[in-house]
Amino acid sequence: LQFILELRVLDSLVKSNLISEGGGGGMGAQKKGGGAKVSEDAEEQSRQRLQAILLADSFATKFRPVTLERPKVLLPIVNVPMIDYTLAWLEYAGIEEVFVFCCAHSVQVIEYLEKSEWYSHPNLVVRTIESHKSISAGDALRYMYEQQTETSQIQGDFVLVSGDTVSNMPLADLIQEHRERKKKDEKAIMTMVIKQSKSSSLTHQSRLGTDQLFIAVDPLTKQLLHYEEDKIDHPRGSICLDKSLLDSNPSVLVCNDMQDCYIDICSPEVLSLFEDNFDYQHLRRHFVKGVLVDDIMGYKIFTHEIHSSYAASIDNFRSYDTVSKDIIQRWTYPYVPDINFSGNRPLKLGRQGIYRASDAVQSRSADVGASTVIGYGTKIGDGDKILNSVIGNGCSIGSNVVIEGSYIWNNVTIEDGCEIRNAIVCDGVKIRAGAVLHPGVVLSFNVVVGRDFVVPAYSKVSLLQQPTTEDSDEELEYADSSSGTADHMSGLNLQMEPKASELGPDGAGYIWEVCEGAHDEEWKHSVAPIPKDKLSEFTQAIDDDDTDDESVIPASGELKSDADSINTDMNDPNDDYYYFEKEVEGTVLRAVEENIKVDLVTLEINGLRLSYNMESADCAGATFYSMMKLAVDTPHSSASELYKTATSIISKWKELLGFYVKKIDEQIEVIMKFEEMCQDSPKELGPLFTQILHLLYDKDVLQEDAILRWAEEKAGADEVDKVYLKQCETFIQWLKEASEEEDEDDEDEEEDD
Amino acid sequence: QNQNQNPRKLETSPCFLFTVNSVAKMDFQVVILAGGFSSTLFPLVSKEVPKALLPVANRPVLSYVLDLLESNNLKDLIVVVEGEDAALKVGGWISSACVDRLHVEVAAVAENVGTAGALRAIAHHLTAKDILIVSGDIVSDIPPGAVAATHRRHDAAVTAMLCAQPVSGPSESGGSGGKDKTKKPACEDIIGLDSWKQFLLYIAKGTEIKKDTRVKKSILCAAGKMELRSDLVDSHIYAFKRSVLQKVLDQKPAFRSLKQDVLPYLVRTQLRSDVFSDQSNVEENGNGNGKNNMQNNEVVLSQILSNASSPSFHQVYESGLDSRKTHKCCVYIADESKYFVRLNSIQAFMDVNRDVIGDANHLSGYSFSAHHNIVHPSAELGSKTTVGPHCMLGEGSQVGDKCSVKRSVIGRHCRIGSNVKIVNSVVMDHATIGDGCSIQGSVICSNAQLQERVTLRDCQVEAGYIVCVGGEHKGETFARK
Repeated sequence: LQFILELRVLDSLVKSNLISEGGGGGMGAQKKGGGAKVSEDAEEQSRQRLQAILLADSFATKFRPVTLERPKVLLPIVNVPMIDYTLAWLEYAGIEEVFVFCCAHSVQVIEYLEKSEWYSHPNLVVRTIESHKSISAGDALRYMYEQQTETSQIQGDFVLVSGDTVSNMPLADLIQEHRERKKKDEKAIMTMVIKQSKSSSLTHQSRLGTDQLFIAVDPLTKQLLHYEEDKIDHPRGSICLDKSLLDSNPSVLVCNDMQDCYIDICSPEVLSLFEDNFDYQHLRRHFVKGVLVDDIMGYKIFTHEIHSSYAASIDNFRSYDTVSKDIIQRWTYPYVPDINFSGNRPLKLGRQGIYRASDAVQSRSADVGASTVIGYGTKIGDGDKILNSVIGNGCSIGSNVVIEGSYIWNNVTIEDGCEIRNAIVCDGVKIRAGAVLHPGVVLSFNVVVGRDFVVPAYSKVSLLQQPTTEDSDEELEYADSSSGTADHMSGLNLQMEPKASELGPDGAGYIWEVCEGAHDEEWKHSVAPIPKDKLSEFTQAIDDDDTDDESVIPASGELKSDADSINTDMNDPNDDYYYFEKEVEGTVLRAVEENIKVDLVTLEINGLRLSYNMESADCAGATFYSMMKLAVDTPHSSASELYKTATSIISKWKELLGFYVKKIDEQIEVIMKFEEMCQDSPKELGPLFTQILHLLYDKDVLQEDAILRWAEEKAGADEVDKVYLKQCETFIQWLKEASEEEDEDDEDEEEDD
Repeated sequence: QNQNQNPRKLETSPCFLFTVNSVAKMDFQVVILAGGFSSTLFPLVSKEVPKALLPVANRPVLSYVLDLLESNNLKDLIVVVEGEDAALKVGGWISSACVDRLHVEVAAVAENVGTAGALRAIAHHLTAKDILIVSGDIVSDIPPGAVAATHRRHDAAVTAMLCAQPVSGPSESGGSGGKDKTKKPACEDIIGLDSWKQFLLYIAKGTEIKKDTRVKKSILCAAGKMELRSDLVDSHIYAFKRSVLQKVLDQKPAFRSLKQDVLPYLVRTQLRSDVFSDQSNVEENGNGNGKNNMQNNEVVLSQILSNASSPSFHQVYESGLDSRKTHKCCVYIADESKYFVRLNSIQAFMDVNRDVIGDANHLSGYSFSAHHNIVHPSAELGSKTTVGPHCMLGEGSQVGDKCSVKRSVIGRHCRIGSNVKIVNSVVMDHATIGDGCSIQGSVICSNAQLQERVTLRDCQVEAGYIVCVGGEHKGETFARK
């Protein structure tokens, strides 16, 4: 049925002269169609060229090891490099100027573009921008902004896409919509394209292998209110929407069944926002969330849902698989293998969605099943079984080979009797006779799989060794920045490591180890279908979640609202005090190091006190704590040395402390704090308790009343708590006597009066 | 008449009308929770007048509920009253007022047991397949039959009626009383609906949520989309499947309130229902073997009725798992043009009285004069006394000379002196108001007395209380301790 539909569409397009059958001429005709659309608002358009920024780097490592040798945007998807899909779509959608931002493997990207027809395209100006310093999308846009100030290339609103986008959505109307909204509301700086994903709850998000996405949108204005990504296999927990959202919007649509197409219409403010917020790296995780949270600037992001057109970004191997299938199933029309849209040689479409190059040689006894693509110069041997797969150009496949759901790139040699299921096989790979690739295998360039070798599921194999100093933090391993050198090394490796026997005696290549932690993720991103047990595990998780939730609900019947529990988490006074103490500690430390004046330090601590809503006593405690901590942290060999340091610190900074210990209560707080510290480190500070207490008394930090009051309070405490009270018993006794004497003196004086 | 309120316009109206008209036949039992001596309504509520009998345009508020149910052909009712005394009063009124038209049972339950507790206490009276529960303090024209129909159509475990928050309702156009309403507490209820606005996915009380609204991801994953609405309120009209309701009440003895405990519990557990686990057994024991077959038929029927070309997410979810049961929590969203107020505060009491003789006068059941007011023929008006539009003057009341009554309800047999001004107020039966009084935005309960030249503004005077000569009061409550 779909093919009939497709043919109808094609038919109507031909009639309306949008596309003519002759491959090359098609582009011009298409362009006319696009031009006609654009001319509707000729005035507006003539003022501003439609521009796009295409990020030719994913700033991620999901396609490793393949991307060590070739940039992601040049990886073929159904035998055409990804970037060609993006450029062809942009051109068709009426974009006039594209800035291709290259980072990793920039030489390769630029070389490719120079050779391709894009550089000399009549309707689309392609400019490349090269930057090796950028390690994230944020950096790239900052770089653009800096360039911008010099050359002002970006004149107005622009489309921001990454070079791995496959789409056929029209953009002109959307840009128009964005501009009109911007005119009405200065703060509407971005329009994000979203698309309904498949309807089953299990495939909402797993289809593209991306993280679970939850967004909240105002159903009337389509303003984006909340954006949250979560790991797919953790459907536990809940989404937290700020209450103010609901107060200001009578209705909020929370969606889980939307996918983010990573196509954004941006106003120039976006670039300057990146410039202002130098810590924005990721477009979504930092920028979008930052804008949503920031209510000072009040910038707004809107969403645009597409219904009939296709848009997807190839983020990982699973989306590579999904998008490939969508292309074969013609959802991306006119960007399908039998149409020349970027100088590719169109294939011939046969029954059952089989695309075949005119010069492909296929043995009579080979069985080529539905949804298969066979490229130019490829030979298929006797008794082969090929199903749901893409085979590139110049491959040679021996006899009795089984290939299912796999992607074989160009110039691959597969010898007799191999079995390949759900794998990606890059250019120049040799698979020797009888080898078996289990689902999820990725073979990078020029790998050789030995005879009868079985490559285990989900392995990633490359001629290059896995970078050993891999940073486990995904945020930090953005780009294949070392890739420039990798290009040269690959040649070396070939010669140097023919003996690499990880793939059998006559094989070549390293099987990469899965870095720890990522192991569970492997099945999500892989080309292999999600295993059954994972699916059931996934649903199981939902149930577990529910039962967890159940137990949280108090049996007392008075249902405690969920919000209460957050509140206590969030505003735990102890927590606050902890952070306050940390801050004070930092301040005091800096003051000591840089010898800042006491006045200034008190000013700073007072500021902290106000911002954390603390009492003066808390300041006293925290200040004293920081000072003692400093003393303890200063290297010392004996207790007496520690005492010396403490003495010097206290005598030097007693004024600071004195500022906060004007009242008895505050002084008691200091003693309590000190006691607490001693309990925490009984070996170091413990023995010095009395000495330091005495010191504080001598330095007039503590008054005798405070010490005596503390002693009184402590008298009723548990034995365990009395350790330090006992330690300083004599001191207190002495104080008591002294004060009695004083009292007597006072009395005497009074009597004298 | 009711097909307009159908949330999905796609539904076929014949079925719908059929269900509305034959709710009684369809094995529905109606429970009216009439409350007792509510403390929030002090001093309006007294030993003599329980909440259910508070006058709205000189008729007990309960009569509005009964009329509403009667108009939907729901005539078999159980009225549950908290406290024996209150039950006696309510029962007395019911037997005098509508014994001929309706079949009403009055049940007394202990005070302060909560709505769930009240139902638990009368559980043995409940025999029908589904129970419709209506709060007794509702003044509305939303058809409860429509809730019952929606409930039956989806074969739901519970169906709740939602309506637009009254702030934007017709009451606002009254203007004069609107001053307090401008400062409406933001979002009373937060309600999550599916994309067809058929199912209730989330419910929380807005006032309880301090900072964040937390929505469980599992339900979001199952439903795909959820629309969170803060402009709807739960109207306290529910249809429950009896077996589900009784099971929840049995299993969770701590649940006190239908709205705060039972409904959220059912909503929360809709994807892993315990309440259905042995329901079929219960049904079988009760009704023999034929029942099982019936049930299957009903499932099919509910699918046909709900126009389900694609199965609901509940069914999809259920099919994905082996031994998983789900139940449906449905909603019926009342049309925005409908009037709905719950008489649960003094402000609401004022509003209701104003609206029923004002903008929502079709509810009052009276016929209005050309001046948009109702002056009982037996009422006596002095010379130069004016009774403005949207006013009501009860049987046998006397008003002296040069008085002015605006937007107020005056009960039966009141005596009002000369030079009295009454604006936006409610004066209940047998009240006496001396010469030269000025009353604004106040409630004077029955048998209360205002002596000469008293000025009241936003005050409440308890039944039988005497306010002394010449005082000027603002925002006070007069009651004997």
